[in-house]
Amino acid sequence: MAIENSPRPVVRLRGIVKRFAGVTVVNGVDLDLFAGQVHVLAGENGAGKSTLMKVLAGIHKPDAGTIEIDGEQRSFDVRTAKVAGIALVHQELLIAPNLSVADNLAMGREYRTGLGTLNRRRTRERAREQLARVGATFPETERAEHLSTGQQQLVEIARSIADNPKVLIFDEPSAALSAREVANLFRIVEEQRAAGTAIVYITHRMDEIEKLADVVTVLRDGKFVETLPIAEASPEAIVTRMVGRPIEALFSENRPPAGEVVLDVSDLGDGENIGPISLEVRAGEVVGMAGLVGSGRTEFARLVFGADEAKTGTVRIDGELLRSTSPMGAMRAGVALVPESRKDQGLVLGESIAQNVVMASFGSVSSAGVIRSRAVKKVTDSERTRMGIKSPRDMKVRQLSGGNQQKVLLSKWLQTNPKVLILDEPTRGVDVGAKADIYAIINAIAAKGVAVLVISSELPELLGLVDRIVVMREGRLVAAFPNVDLTEEAVMQHAFGVPSTQTSSNPILSKKALS
Amino acid sequence: MSTTTTAPPSVPPVGDARRSAFRQFLDRSDQLGIGVALVLLVVLMAIIAPYFWSVNNLLEVMRQVSAIAILAAGGTFVILTAGIDLSVGSALGVTAMVAIVLSSADAPAIVSIVGALAAGAVIGAINGVFISRFALPAFIVTLAALTFLRGFVYVGTGGTTLIPDSIGYGWIGQDSILGVPYAVVIMLVVYVVGWFVLNRTVFGRQVMAIGGNAEAARLSGIPVRRVIFLVYVISGLTAGVAGLIVASRLESAVPDLGTGYELNAIAAIVLGGTSLAGGRGSLVGTFIGAIFIAVITNGMTLLNVQSFYQQIIMGFVILLAVLIDRLRRGTAGD
Repeated sequence: MAIENSPRPVVRLRGIVKRFAGVTVVNGVDLDLFAGQVHVLAGENGAGKSTLMKVLAGIHKPDAGTIEIDGEQRSFDVRTAKVAGIALVHQELLIAPNLSVADNLAMGREYRTGLGTLNRRRTRERAREQLARVGATFPETERAEHLSTGQQQLVEIARSIADNPKVLIFDEPSAALSAREVANLFRIVEEQRAAGTAIVYITHRMDEIEKLADVVTVLRDGKFVETLPIAEASPEAIVTRMVGRPIEALFSENRPPAGEVVLDVSDLGDGENIGPISLEVRAGEVVGMAGLVGSGRTEFARLVFGADEAKTGTVRIDGELLRSTSPMGAMRAGVALVPESRKDQGLVLGESIAQNVVMASFGSVSSAGVIRSRAVKKVTDSERTRMGIKSPRDMKVRQLSGGNQQKVLLSKWLQTNPKVLILDEPTRGVDVGAKADIYAIINAIAAKGVAVLVISSELPELLGLVDRIVVMREGRLVAAFPNVDLTEEAVMQHAFGVPSTQTSSNPILSKKALS
Repeated sequence: MSTTTTAPPSVPPVGDARRSAFRQFLDRSDQLGIGVALVLLVVLMAIIAPYFWSVNNLLEVMRQVSAIAILAAGGTFVILTAGIDLSVGSALGVTAMVAIVLSSADAPAIVSIVGALAAGAVIGAINGVFISRFALPAFIVTLAALTFLRGFVYVGTGGTTLIPDSIGYGWIGQDSILGVPYAVVIMLVVYVVGWFVLNRTVFGRQVMAIGGNAEAARLSGIPVRRVIFLVYVISGLTAGVAGLIVASRLESAVPDLGTGYELNAIAAIVLGGTSLAGGRGSLVGTFIGAIFIAVITNGMTLLNVQSFYQQIIMGFVILLAVLIDRLRRGTAGD
């Protein structure tokens, strides 16, 4: 750390309260931010982390409490917060996809010529400088829609640090990044710390806390729980404070031996970037699919499910050829896909829990096209019990926490009684408590003889949960391992394509995966 | 709320559950604003124009609005899927023209009735095919239909008023049963059936799901294209019903019959709290919205407001009603 902690904090929040529609989301939180310090905010989804930071950034007006900047009490809107040196890198990226990177960077502070027209040369020069600062390698003339999520985020960060803010807030910045992009992000955070910026970093991930944090503050249910210096912030200490109870084992161990092959994918591909891929999953088996973001895991799952059309290869369920290339056909054959983005692809946010739960299985709760509302209630209540969802069944899904939304989505697909269950990032943006519940449900489903394929970017999750791991890289399956004494490093080497030093123990498979 | 919560009250309230009651009230009160406004309006009218509050006048208000309200019922299905049907005014013109042309050829009443309904369904099917199968924007397809269907009305009527010697279904638009005009009865039947389809059938729930999140609906195995096709058929069918009511009342077809009705229907839908973005709204709201428009029109007539000024006032009333609705919901957060 380049700069000593100054005795006076840059930002002093006292007793911040924020309510939405009468619901207290942030409840009397105090927080001090110091120059040159990375302050991690940890807490389950819905703990109030993002809301608290949006109050600081002037997006929300606090209902009570004070904000002091450099000892001076202030009240903010978005513009004055910016002028005061507070920059927020949003969780949802605020990028205009139709504009170039340079135009995105200049948005709201367009450079003009003496005549008042846009100064395009100055805009581009400035954009190049900003991109260089964040280590971006793409040109400033690129249209934003052609960038990956990670690259778009670099644009967002470049924009945020352009004015050398006093306080820089990252809201779960690594959620959709590949490992390489995360490394670059860490470098940026460390440079900003060295430059004396006070940094707030919201995250769920323990490894990030260990790598970055100087202090960790835990919030729970909108309340301040504790601020820990990093030396005392062990993962156990943080998790215990986040959930208010210790989590024993997230994963269950003994799973009975797998049965017959249920999902048999052979040479499946989209004719372009994905495949040919062959993979077998047996009844009662949980197979994990690892790989970098963009390695084609989601695309593969969509091909199996018929959400996108396969150009090559076959899918067999219980030995029977799946001829249809639509989600409807795949569902009829017993395939369920819990998609990556529950908000875009999974749930109808404006509908109730009950309506979402039965959405993929209307046939079983209706007669002659007429819904039997008693059946809907029964099904929904049994799912609420199974999943541990306490919210009432008529509640709109939009109002649920990420964890409960994911449970509703899982319920919807379990209601189709699948033989094959594919889960794409089933615990993304889900708090620790809900994660444990979801793992338990996956284990229970597998125990009933369902073939399960889990796609995940969290290797500890895969290593804890699955029987076998297959690795994808650049649209192909490049490795498969039984999950015995497997290390994250071994899997990552294949995901990155780094020549392995232990090839003998980790067989690389070009065509047929182990089964 | 009518829900049962399994969590015992002693458990500290989970954030989700605690939010529910208030938010659900707000969610369900989408029609509340316009409903309250309607009540106030009716009270106001009853005070300043005593004749307003007479059974005859109230039934007349309902009869006058029946065609628009029926169009709006079909249009609600379309808008709930985040679509739009601009062609219903012209479609009404076509179906009325078909009924009258058939009558002119001395066809029996039942043939005219079936002919008009079939014409409506076919028009809806044409819209639906272009929108669902060829994935053209609904706005453009139905705007084109608005134009070419109007052309058909001119062709069919020869550009003049077409008056058959007699029609066998004049009762639809002119007679009453137990003092209630048939047109009003038909309107109520359309709404009851529509409400049942929307709220109690798989199809209705699929409409809501598609409007709320089309991609999630597709990945849930919902036949998205078929449902979208069908909502336009429904919209065409309701145009047929409305066309019959208008034709039977006038016992004739005029070339510009139904011009502009689509905008009144959409106004009724929006006033009723249905979101043009799809997925949120109800037929109850649409019904109240339609009655609201009818009461204002009727009230201004009773107060001898000139028809030119009526238009100006109506435009601003719609703007104001939607603005109030937005402000009211804006306070709910999000």
